[in-house]
Amino acid sequence: MEIAKKKAHTYKPIKNKKSFWGSLIHQRYLYFMSMPFVIWVFVFNYLPLWGWTMAFQNYRPGKSMGEQEWVGLQHFIMLFQDERFYLVLRNTLAMSLMGLILGFTVPIVFAILLNEVRKKAFKSTLQTITYLPHFVSWVVVAGIVTKVLSIDGGVVNQVLTATGLVDEPIQFMTKGGLFWIIVTLADLWKEMGWNSIIFLAAMAGIDPQLYEAAKVDGAGRLRQIWHITLPGIRPTILVVLILSIGNLISIGFEKQFLLGNSTIVDYSEVLDLYALNYGIGLGRFSYGTAIGIFNSLVSIILLFLANGIFKRFTNQSVM
Amino acid sequence: MKSSKGDLIFTICNYTFLTFVFVITLYPFLNVLAISLNDATDTVRGGITIFPREFTLDNYITIFEYDNLITGFVNSTLRTVIGTILGVISSAMVAFTLSRADFKGRKFVSTTLVLTLYFSGGLIPGYMLMRDLHLVGTFWVYILPGMVNAFNIIIVRSFMDGLPYALQESAKMDGANDFSIFWRIILPLCTPVLATIALFIAVGQWNSWFDTYLYNGSNPSLTTLQYELMKILQNTSISSTDPNAYRGTEGIEAAKNVSPESIKMAISVVTIIPILIVYPFLQRFFVQGMTLGAVKS
Repeated sequence: MEIAKKKAHTYKPIKNKKSFWGSLIHQRYLYFMSMPFVIWVFVFNYLPLWGWTMAFQNYRPGKSMGEQEWVGLQHFIMLFQDERFYLVLRNTLAMSLMGLILGFTVPIVFAILLNEVRKKAFKSTLQTITYLPHFVSWVVVAGIVTKVLSIDGGVVNQVLTATGLVDEPIQFMTKGGLFWIIVTLADLWKEMGWNSIIFLAAMAGIDPQLYEAAKVDGAGRLRQIWHITLPGIRPTILVVLILSIGNLISIGFEKQFLLGNSTIVDYSEVLDLYALNYGIGLGRFSYGTAIGIFNSLVSIILLFLANGIFKRFTNQSVM
Repeated sequence: MKSSKGDLIFTICNYTFLTFVFVITLYPFLNVLAISLNDATDTVRGGITIFPREFTLDNYITIFEYDNLITGFVNSTLRTVIGTILGVISSAMVAFTLSRADFKGRKFVSTTLVLTLYFSGGLIPGYMLMRDLHLVGTFWVYILPGMVNAFNIIIVRSFMDGLPYALQESAKMDGANDFSIFWRIILPLCTPVLATIALFIAVGQWNSWFDTYLYNGSNPSLTTLQYELMKILQNTSISSTDPNAYRGTEGIEAAKNVSPESIKMAISVVTIIPILIVYPFLQRFFVQGMTLGAVKS
């Protein structure tokens, strides 16, 4: 952002001392090209925030705002008294934290290992293959995961029984305790390659002379990684951490929806799904909205918390 | 420089591990493909790995007799094409105005857009809005809500920031207005970055199923391919040992020698193929685009 601003200053034409109205006419094409989309964003992104008022009403569809019955925090109190809510909150926090920790570290490790590969053909083939799952829908990935873990013909069970690690095939998809791990690993399988792109790009920018010098000094591969590669990609690591923490806001529910099933719903239901089931499934719009608001609050708290920890360690703020 | 023993061990471990990654990434795809091309009754016996045992195209012939899938295929294609064209043009236009340092409304437009990255109204208010706008039960609910995307705009804008401003100035001297500068000079230069976001938008459109589920679930004429696959998947997800758990395509199943398993795999392949076709052409673009976007934002 900083760089962009500095550059922008040098571009500034001389004749920009006009009044606001003058610029409106002078730059009318620029306004024509951006304002419709600002209105667009206002309608589709900002207007839903108005819907948050529903959480403080007993919302009945088809009535005007004035006719709605206002109930204050009643829906939130109901929410906090619901035992199911705590279960769902636990699932949401567990999966988003596991996703953040592994989803952030594994691509870095993968990029480093890939960077150490000297055979060009192997490296580029592996890149092409590992980027691919990113473009495949969660629907298909969920199908693949279910297939791979199934008890009849699932490759994981085949390997486990063939090597004698287990006697009976494991019903992975009906074990609640495994669900969080399955979701996290499925996510990793899908996004690891894709998320490593940016680290690889950063590594390509490291001066090769540094490695040469380290070799002369007798540093092995691991020491080169530790003292050259990692410090070299430090800025990129920080940027990605910022983005990952920002993504805590959208915990997502697609994977949980697609991979979950009725036997393990106590482990698979996350706040968004809970809101969906109550809000739209049962038509309790106000209650569903209250859950949604709570979800946003949790995300924002997580973001600030992570930012605080980050600040303490690096003296830099991500927000 | 001779490499030490430690380096040799590292290299061996590294290649072993990466080969393992290679296998676990590729195997499931090949397995799906093999099953989709294998005779359904034979598949039940198990043991299909990466080659079909009894080759047949029956599974594919069957799915194309399923009306909902044809409709889904048409709708998925339409939303991908229309959504991508509209999304790319609108992102490029907004990005152009943001890349112009002399644009007076720049700060306002940019703040309005960037803020959307940090909050969302949530599921229920979003649903209510679509209902109030009478978009529920229409095709446009797939296109309009996500058309203007701040992330894509940031990527395009950072690319445009890198273009020399002198190009625009000389065009201005010749009397071109801002729109024609955008359309005739800037847009053609932005092909790589536009290809990148086109890929992002197209894949997003092609792969989405939740909007169909939420807004058009009871409307078979607006179904999408991913949603049809999702329905089949959900009906077989608990255990594939119980064929009775499967509903939806019973009619054709009885008529033909197919199983839910094989149908699922065949549809999966059909949904992946379009992505595989465009993927190799666009790979170099999206690597550039990803790097640009992340570094700038």
